[in-house]
Amino acid sequence: MQAFYYLIFPGFLFAAVVGLLTTWLDRKVTARVHYRVGPPWFQSFADVMKLMGKEVILPENARKTGFLLAPIIALAASTLVATMLGLANYLNQGFVGDIIVFWYFLAVPSIMIIIGSASAGTPLSAVGSSREMKLLLGYEVPFIIVLAMVIFRADSLSLGGIIEHQIESGPILYSLSGVIGFIVALLCVQAKLGLVPFDAPEAETELGGGAFYDYSGAALGGFKLSKAILFYSLPIFLITLFWGGVQIGGGLGILWALLKYILIVALITVIRNTNPRLRIDQAVKFFWGWMTILAVIAFILRVKGL
Amino acid sequence: MGLKTAALKKSIWVFHVACSPCNNCDIEILDLLTPRFDVERFGIVLVGSPRHADALLITGVANTHVTPRLIETYRATAKPCVCFLFGACASHGNFFRGSYNVPRRIDEIIREEDPNAIIVYIPGCPPKPEAMIAGVVKALSVL
Repeated sequence: MQAFYYLIFPGFLFAAVVGLLTTWLDRKVTARVHYRVGPPWFQSFADVMKLMGKEVILPENARKTGFLLAPIIALAASTLVATMLGLANYLNQGFVGDIIVFWYFLAVPSIMIIIGSASAGTPLSAVGSSREMKLLLGYEVPFIIVLAMVIFRADSLSLGGIIEHQIESGPILYSLSGVIGFIVALLCVQAKLGLVPFDAPEAETELGGGAFYDYSGAALGGFKLSKAILFYSLPIFLITLFWGGVQIGGGLGILWALLKYILIVALITVIRNTNPRLRIDQAVKFFWGWMTILAVIAFILRVKGL
Repeated sequence: MGLKTAALKKSIWVFHVACSPCNNCDIEILDLLTPRFDVERFGIVLVGSPRHADALLITGVANTHVTPRLIETYRATAKPCVCFLFGACASHGNFFRGSYNVPRRIDEIIREEDPNAIIVYIPGCPPKPEAMIAGVVKALSVL
């Protein structure tokens, strides 16, 4: 049964399919913003399938074990993240403290990007790796304060407990501290996904792919798939924390959940299409400055009971 | 036709190799990404690294200085890949042929590196974006 949860639903297969469809939605909306037509719906599936069939090139100076293990571990960790979220949201399963475990596994894909690109042994990958590291240090600070705010508010250390609290006393989003916390968390998610204002580690135009510069074929496909699964998990995580979770049962529950999900994905896409890329020092300043201040304000408001 | 080939045909990622072009061809390539032609409809995307690429879009002539870089880029590309020689200069050397600093044509250099390379010639100075799309369609029918 555990293997079924991990591999099929709500784990790998489900998360990958929904994640790749979300990636397509993101590209399609981007194209419409540009007044283009955009790719067909199966585009992300074709991309990953093609990458799986291509040659994997090992750079001459690469540390081969780290270089090849990184995408596998990143994919496994992001699948675990999706599984835990799905179990808490769709099947009402979980354990006390699962949000802490969840938090650890959420950091693993970023750490694997750092390790993988650092072991490629080429200059552009190294620059991408160091930028990813700085970005990780940047957005973890406000995100953890917001998470603490939510945990104190729900008075529970499990994802299921947070959802239950919101079912009983209304979503956290419908309060002042909730709105401020949601804005901070949304921007942190943007950075975690590596999308435009905070895509300095990948930076197509200056680093030519940055952290992924030396990855090709199936290894790159693993990272793409891991990113796609995170693109599905992180909006669901935001819904879980702030917007009452995803409740499947009861009439229009699925439609309402889908609406919330698409709204958050559309918000992320619009932010990504209306902003220029921040330099890495600007991004870190943004997170350690404004975002941390906002997160602390949200925390204080929560203590005051707002 | 296997699943991999089918997927490859639906998603060609292009890396632009500028071998000292005059920028006419490069401007026409940028036209392909604009709303009028929008090649992302067919899954064609410009990527920043040859390791991600399925197609090399080569413009300009391979002079002495650029030749080793061109060979290195071809080696760095994950196979299977297609080479598009975009424009008259890349296809046959144009009026730079026989010049003192252009020892060989680009297709000769690539054939020397890999005899089985798939090479598509798109002549014109510069070729129209429609010609480029026609070239891609022909290349895909060979794969």
